[in-house]
Amino acid sequence: MKPEIIQELIAITDRDRVLDTLDERCTYAYDASFGTYLPDVVVFPKTAQEVAAILKLANREKIPVTPRGGGTSLSGGPLPVAGGIALVMTRMNRLLEIDRDNLIAIVEPGVITADLHKRVEEIGLFYPPDPSSSNVSTIGGNLAENAGGPHGLKYGVTKHYVIGLEVVTPQGDIIRTGGMTVKNVTGYDLTPLIIGSEGTLGVITKAILRLIPKPPARKALLAVFDDLIDSGRAISGVLTNGILPAKMEMMDNASIRAVENYKPCGMPIDADAIILLEVDGHPAAVEAEIEQAARICRMYRAREVRVAKDETEREQLWLARKLVSPAITRVKPTKISEDATVPRSKIPEMFQRLREIREKYKIHLVVFGHAGDGNLHPNIIADARDKEEMRRVEEAVGEIFRAAVELGGTLSGEHGIGTMKAPYMEMELGPVCLDLMRRIKQAWDPNNILNPYKIFPQPGQTRVVLTE
Amino acid sequence: MSAQQTKLPYDETFQCVQCGYCLPACPTYQVLEKESASPRGRIALVKAAAEGKIDLLQHLAGPIDQCLGCRACEVACPSGVRYGMIFEGAKQTIQTAKRSRGRETPLVKALRRLVFEGLFPYPGRLKALGGLIWLYQKSGLRKVAHAIGITKKLPFHMGEFEAALPDVPSPFAYLARQRLVKAKGAGVTSGLSDETAKAKVAFFAGCVMDSVFYETNRKSIELLAAAGCDVVVPQTQTCCGALHAHAGELEQAKELAKRNIEAFEATGADWYVNNAGGCGAMLIEYDHLLADEPEWAERATQFVQKSRDINVILAQLGPLPFRKELPYRITYQDSCHLRNVQKVESEPRELLRSIPGTEYVELPGADGCCGSAGIYSLVQYETSMKVLDEKMKSVEATQATLVVTSNPGCLLQMRMGIQRANLQDWMQAVHIVDLLHEACGLG
Repeated sequence: MKPEIIQELIAITDRDRVLDTLDERCTYAYDASFGTYLPDVVVFPKTAQEVAAILKLANREKIPVTPRGGGTSLSGGPLPVAGGIALVMTRMNRLLEIDRDNLIAIVEPGVITADLHKRVEEIGLFYPPDPSSSNVSTIGGNLAENAGGPHGLKYGVTKHYVIGLEVVTPQGDIIRTGGMTVKNVTGYDLTPLIIGSEGTLGVITKAILRLIPKPPARKALLAVFDDLIDSGRAISGVLTNGILPAKMEMMDNASIRAVENYKPCGMPIDADAIILLEVDGHPAAVEAEIEQAARICRMYRAREVRVAKDETEREQLWLARKLVSPAITRVKPTKISEDATVPRSKIPEMFQRLREIREKYKIHLVVFGHAGDGNLHPNIIADARDKEEMRRVEEAVGEIFRAAVELGGTLSGEHGIGTMKAPYMEMELGPVCLDLMRRIKQAWDPNNILNPYKIFPQPGQTRVVLTE
Repeated sequence: MSAQQTKLPYDETFQCVQCGYCLPACPTYQVLEKESASPRGRIALVKAAAEGKIDLLQHLAGPIDQCLGCRACEVACPSGVRYGMIFEGAKQTIQTAKRSRGRETPLVKALRRLVFEGLFPYPGRLKALGGLIWLYQKSGLRKVAHAIGITKKLPFHMGEFEAALPDVPSPFAYLARQRLVKAKGAGVTSGLSDETAKAKVAFFAGCVMDSVFYETNRKSIELLAAAGCDVVVPQTQTCCGALHAHAGELEQAKELAKRNIEAFEATGADWYVNNAGGCGAMLIEYDHLLADEPEWAERATQFVQKSRDINVILAQLGPLPFRKELPYRITYQDSCHLRNVQKVESEPRELLRSIPGTEYVELPGADGCCGSAGIYSLVQYETSMKVLDEKMKSVEATQATLVVTSNPGCLLQMRMGIQRANLQDWMQAVHIVDLLHEACGLG
């Protein structure tokens, strides 16, 4: 990058907040997905005005800008594919306001999600979106990728809790969308357009988030199944019988075995699948609902149902689910974490398709995830150094997406498209819809400086490539 | 890939899935707020260096040197990355490269030789150095030095460290130390025979502990005896090798490990007890250190199985024979290597809570490094003090009159922290052994 540009960036921010040595740039070349792309310079803005000045400069010089939070993305959203500026938002991390009367929180994008959870729960409020990465990921990143989490089933995902934004456009103007009110129907609703736009339309510099009262009680159960397909039916059964669990997660036999091999927590290794289910709300309702859920699981041939008696037992039950990720990386180091999502009535069928894909490509495929909302996490465990295996994995990934779309589902329930799923966009949306999206991007960012090469496939790009 | 780069722990880096869950656990990431000061960043740089994408000395050395080696990231890591191995492997490769490329200035070279080859493998020499400090402290030179303000002009901020040093023992103290101290106290008959002792333990004296904190060692032995142990102090033991390993001198660390294994095997003790979190962490990883040497691997494993931190032994053999009520409000700062590597977390807390008359208050963020980290506070002074100053905010908020630690480096650092935060009028820092010893009325 030209020294004059570096000097200008330093003039906008300060010397400590512009990093241009090779070692510093190398550490902003990755996220939690695949591929490394070296940015030319790393900049840490602290105000919306600084972001605006940086984007004006970038737009003038046609320098690509890739915004970034904690770098936990599994889809490649924060990868600086075209080099340029890595715009790191982690130091814009003030929690500006928690307004109890209006049930809102106003935050800067660099606030760590778990910190927000903690702060609002201290005063009896609740911000439900809870991606597994919440201890690291930032609100800004959650918004840009429209993150989900186990609470998605009952409470929805990030977009359902954002009522207003301050955004810097690719041309360097500061705009506001939405506002402080829950109801707001003035004009085009740009807020949800920016949420999930993966940093391609603007840089979020402030967010107004909706909070809800914290549910006073919760209770969890574990149901054990001898047949994976039965567990899928039980999931649908619970949901169609009048219960909306706060969370409903499943683990298949491979996940259970991996966890028990890694750190035994008393899961039945001969089971084909287990369901973990939690209800929350008024204490009396919680008691009634957990009993009913247990009954329904047994009806769908659960061979065993354990209801946690207290908080300690509840945490013990969830421990197994938390250990899945660490456990499976012991098998092989490379983990391709997909989040293909299907309508929940199609869960049993999706399980079947995943089984077939595992056999066909002879890959190590583990299935767990937020079964209640159809957001499964087929994880492929491989070794990035084994080129031949990685090619089979690439084929399998494509087929998983095809299966999801054919069943009326989607490429991504919560991880976003980024670089990883761009090749399959037309499969889900069709050429006309994809073209419309392209034109929206063109209108917002005529010079295509903001997070290029994301979401939209490049000509001829029809499959994911996982090897460098 | 050059020969040098293949020595980097390249394969180990593939275990990292770059999820970033280590970031909130990393003290240097918290104060420097950039990825190159995080475990994920450092691992990525080790990988890049091994692939020849970046230069070992120009690009990798800086970020690696910034690491405290506290290994809190290993506890946070969901994928079980052995960060300690990557870190030490990188250190060693960098050190070798510095030598072969002649990047070491003669002064640094001489200093390293003095410290790693001349001083630490020879406890006697370290004690002699302690003797000099003793002379300095007792002869009135210290008062003179403070009066004319010379300590403020020392290089490497030595003045601040000097002020935090305790009174070191006279060289004659070592001569008076018995080689075997018999068990005494409740449950042990007055005959003090081997049969009646609850256990026979061999005491690991350490080098900094045995020279600068000699008193704490003396008290450790008395405390172990009071808890019902026969205590031997193997005379041919040497430095644990942690400083060497963390500075990239792995071969020397291995030599020291072998000498210690021999010295302790000869005692026939049930347990090998140490009282310094950092040394203990090194001792329990001798099996990793010597894994590639068939004739030593098994002996190292045995050694590791017998090694225990003093907190664990005291908690296990307890309750201690407390005789005094102490009027302190106590908080506890974990030693990273005790907590993250040895996984000793509850025992010191149990012991502290059991002291009559005291009030225990948990230090928020006690599991985070204080910034001491071996010689880190000397060579990375700025970052170390940033970490320390953050730490002192939480320490002050506990309103404790006593900060307890279980490692010499942490103890010195907490003393500096107390001075820096100007809390010395009502707050002190002590090693847990000193406090337990006092509560047992052992004098």
